[in-house]
Amino acid sequence: MLPVATLDQPALWPLTAIVFLPALVAALLSLPIVSKGREEAIRWITLLTTAVVFVLSLWMAWPTLFGAVGPAQFRVGEAGMQAMVKQPWIPAFNIEYLLGVDGISMPLVVLTTFLSMLAAAASWPITKHVKAYHVLFLLLETGMLGVFVSLDFFLFYVFWEVMLLPMYFLIGIWGGPRREYAAIKFFLYTLLGSVLMLLAILMLYFTGDLRDLSAEQLVAAHVVSPVLDAAAQADAVAAIKTATSPVHTFNLLALAQLGQLPESPFAAVNLWGLSLETWAFLLLLVGFVIKVPVVPVHTWLPDAHVEAPTPISMILAGVLLKLGGYGILRICYPICPGAGLALAWLVCGLGVVSMVYGAFAALAQKDFKRMVAYSSVSHMGYVMLGLGVWSAVAGNEFRWDAWAQGVNGAMFQMLAHGISSAGMFFMVGVLYDRVHHRNLEEFGGIFNRMPVYSGLAVAIFFAGLGLPGLCGFIGEVLVTLSSWNYSRVLAVISAFTVILTAAYILWAIQRVYLGAEYKGPHGDHLTPITGRELAIATPLVFLAILFGVAPQTLFNYVTPTVNRQVETLAEWTRTVKPDAPAAQPPLAADATARR
Amino acid sequence: MQPMELGSLVAGTIDDTLRVSLPLFRAEAALAATVVLVLLCRMLPVLRWLDSGLVALGGVAFAFWYAWCDATGLPLSGWPGADAVPGRQELFGGLLVFDALTAIIRLLLTGFLLLYIPFTKVSGIPDREDGADFYTLVLGAALGMCLMASANHLLMVFMAVEMASVPSYALAGMLKGRKASSEAALKYAVYGAGAAGVMLYGISLLAGVLGTCHLPSMAAELSRVVGADQGTTMVLVLGGLMVAVGLAFKLSAVPFHFWCPDVFEGAAAEVGAFLSVASKAAAVALVVRLAFGLGTLAAGPGGEGLADVRFFMLVVVALMAAATCTLGNLAAYGQTNMKRMLAYSTIAHAGYLMMGVAAAVAMMGVAPGQARDAVSALAFYLGTYLFMNLAAFAIVAVLRNRLRSEEISAYAGLVRSSPGLVVATAVVLVSLIGLPPLAGFVGKFLVFSSLAQAISSGAASPAVRSLLLALLVVGGVNTVISLFYYLRVLKVMTFDPPPADRFIDANAPVWLSGGLVAALALPIVVLGVFWSGLYAFAQLAGRIAS
Repeated sequence: MLPVATLDQPALWPLTAIVFLPALVAALLSLPIVSKGREEAIRWITLLTTAVVFVLSLWMAWPTLFGAVGPAQFRVGEAGMQAMVKQPWIPAFNIEYLLGVDGISMPLVVLTTFLSMLAAAASWPITKHVKAYHVLFLLLETGMLGVFVSLDFFLFYVFWEVMLLPMYFLIGIWGGPRREYAAIKFFLYTLLGSVLMLLAILMLYFTGDLRDLSAEQLVAAHVVSPVLDAAAQADAVAAIKTATSPVHTFNLLALAQLGQLPESPFAAVNLWGLSLETWAFLLLLVGFVIKVPVVPVHTWLPDAHVEAPTPISMILAGVLLKLGGYGILRICYPICPGAGLALAWLVCGLGVVSMVYGAFAALAQKDFKRMVAYSSVSHMGYVMLGLGVWSAVAGNEFRWDAWAQGVNGAMFQMLAHGISSAGMFFMVGVLYDRVHHRNLEEFGGIFNRMPVYSGLAVAIFFAGLGLPGLCGFIGEVLVTLSSWNYSRVLAVISAFTVILTAAYILWAIQRVYLGAEYKGPHGDHLTPITGRELAIATPLVFLAILFGVAPQTLFNYVTPTVNRQVETLAEWTRTVKPDAPAAQPPLAADATARR
Repeated sequence: MQPMELGSLVAGTIDDTLRVSLPLFRAEAALAATVVLVLLCRMLPVLRWLDSGLVALGGVAFAFWYAWCDATGLPLSGWPGADAVPGRQELFGGLLVFDALTAIIRLLLTGFLLLYIPFTKVSGIPDREDGADFYTLVLGAALGMCLMASANHLLMVFMAVEMASVPSYALAGMLKGRKASSEAALKYAVYGAGAAGVMLYGISLLAGVLGTCHLPSMAAELSRVVGADQGTTMVLVLGGLMVAVGLAFKLSAVPFHFWCPDVFEGAAAEVGAFLSVASKAAAVALVVRLAFGLGTLAAGPGGEGLADVRFFMLVVVALMAAATCTLGNLAAYGQTNMKRMLAYSTIAHAGYLMMGVAAAVAMMGVAPGQARDAVSALAFYLGTYLFMNLAAFAIVAVLRNRLRSEEISAYAGLVRSSPGLVVATAVVLVSLIGLPPLAGFVGKFLVFSSLAQAISSGAASPAVRSLLLALLVVGGVNTVISLFYYLRVLKVMTFDPPPADRFIDANAPVWLSGGLVAALALPIVVLGVFWSGLYAFAQLAGRIAS
């Protein structure tokens, strides 16, 4: 029954193994042969699995660490899709098992595997239903990784939804006192977003027609596999070109090619006064910004974070929020560039509003974890702003380099926030495990009781603050600079938000770590940091410093792909929107704006 | 001369019946023979040792085998191919029709029985004493449902609906001595009788104006008289609406759904499973049958005169779909009884199914390819719905045997004592919400995609497209609403602490019932990921549109 495999790569395994290994182990763990009592073994198996997945992803992403670069490994500095896996899944709808990574998704994949490993290590304090917890945790990891690597919209959607249920149970069973409320709220918000996304997917699918693409574009989008020989390619192209009825596709690369055609089929259709492109952009945007999250659809986040157990908070802040930004970057803009250009003000505006609102809300919090949660809203606002200035129009001049600067900054901010927010939530969790409260007013004097822990925590909080030399700084500064060309007002506001950020973080540090002595409840439980906790915190602090002083380590991956996407869309604006203001010459590949 | 003509007519009829009709009627004939056999086993002392359930299962296996052969063309050809298309063939002088839809629905119904009878054997209702009655009624109703799917004549439509309904009334009252059960049966019968009366009246109105009850002839006549004068049109609209009442009753569509929650709550879970799956599948098939029968010309393309008929049908179906879906989901939210909640869930799913019907109606006659996809989506939805609802009611039955309760609150903390069952429940309910990677998602995706396809096709008028777009949005919003009440069951099962004084019937066979639930829930997962094969079958059903 299965059709003959047509693989872009001779081996299915690197990406498939990374994505499905956790699910496979979850399936094995859930079998009755693993007795419930062997909790320690289950924890170790999970940690080992996440570690193996991390090493696999590192093997892909950083091949020189492991010797020569193999065919399935990632070639740093190349912009295009790599390690593609292509396998028909549902031929009736042209749905494919299409995976691949580029400079945007590869770092996010490694971030996910890395944080999953740390979160698995941070799961030791979980003592309730250990087996179920770890099974759901591993399923969650598969869902997250699947979203980052799938290039078929249907597959993307499946993985997107696969994450929901494990997360619901992880918050709902292992969470704090208001866990049920937080879990259903999280589920409801996300499901609403994903249903809207499904509507957009269907509209795009039935409007797109592969016959509009040239042979080169079909091959570039991997609709026709480039590894076929020339004759086979020509046959496959001819089969599409000569079809009597429209050939629809879920292939994200092909949809992007279609959306960037001079006569975009998505811009031609009009529904209720707006073009289909605009509708699709808006529906997808809502689906993604709920995940980011952006004011006013952010209210699930503080609840979910406060109630979720520490490792799940780490995953939530470190990875799940990035899915939204990734979706906007990978799907919204390339497929609906016209709407992206027209609605840049919306994206940027939402970003700045979240930034400011999140910062003020964080200032007002009494709950330590809630404060960190609102800081995530604020920090992800920078990501939105950076992605939004993508299609920047400043007065009458287009600044291509500002686009690239903003998007690179947003990507960096996502990765840096993944490190710093996961670290911050872990640091809060360490304290909570000891004193069982998170009231900022009742802390103080932790530095005296837990000096090593406090030092690491302060370093992570400074990274979140955006102190130069730590990872939080680079993204914020790039985004703020790039937005100057888009709107001076927004740039000034986002620069001033840094002061608010400094205020709530410094104030929190002062209230928690400084002071003469700890007077809150359970003071006698303030034991020094354990080896396991140290093993989780140290890598996070190390990376926060590394990315702060050597941002090239990330930009080497991110910049080529981002710049190429920006150049393509810049070219698109120049040819398709000729009434747009005079353009600058396209970017040279190395003229990336940095700092 | 007269005797000669009569003679040749009789000879022709006999020839037609024996050579053409009966060979394509084997599946139904097998079901009818099984009914007789089951009754015989009960009457004759020599055969009394035979278990009626096993006899019924054997007969159903034959019927399924015949249905399989008819659907796939050849015995053991196995997979539907392009050359295995059953053509359109009128049976018994045009009363019935055999085509792809008949074949697929018949396959679905007999396949359902093949799973259903073991389920009832495991769950213990009916007991051995009631077995013969129960299986006679089930098989009789199933026979009626097969006829619903193949009716080609309004009289046949009425007879088939009644044949499916009357045994269902008795089934609803199966639990003798339980007041709720009797009440359910009475409510169902009264409601059914009312709906049947209205439908019959509508049929007579249509027949009176059009001069025939044969669907293809009616369509030809309709295309001539529609819009001719206002009086005729009024009568036609009235007749159409009255027939729609009867169909809505079978579909449990709003506003003719009131019987459904009461019957499901009062009757045994086993009966609920039968009504929610088989009855619904047959009703959907009948609606599709009538829509295509009256909205398109059997002779082929053309039928521009029928555009108004189609638009009328579309508006009725679309409004009913939106109302059914929304009301079902909203009402389900407040339920405390699991069977009652599943009843409202069934109503909501009838709404989703009618959305697919709306897409098919909007596209039939103008874009056959897209109408075909819409019917395929419906057939696929029904195929997955079979597993989802059968599994859901199987879980209710298993838990009833174990806990002696069907209240949702009685399921509190069940995850601690029976984690496997809770995982199966999660699979079923999440699939009913329509989340990937489970089969329910694919069905919903296909129905929504047929709507989206109709919206984005140039064939439909702007009014139709707006209507369908609104329907699509309603479907999406309803998916979100439905999350609440399905998840609430899971919440009770997993988050809530178990009651201290829980009664657990230790005699309930755990392994058998667990195996049953697993066997029904596993296809939901498998079909959610590998759905190409099932979709190939579903596409067969779609061929009635082209």
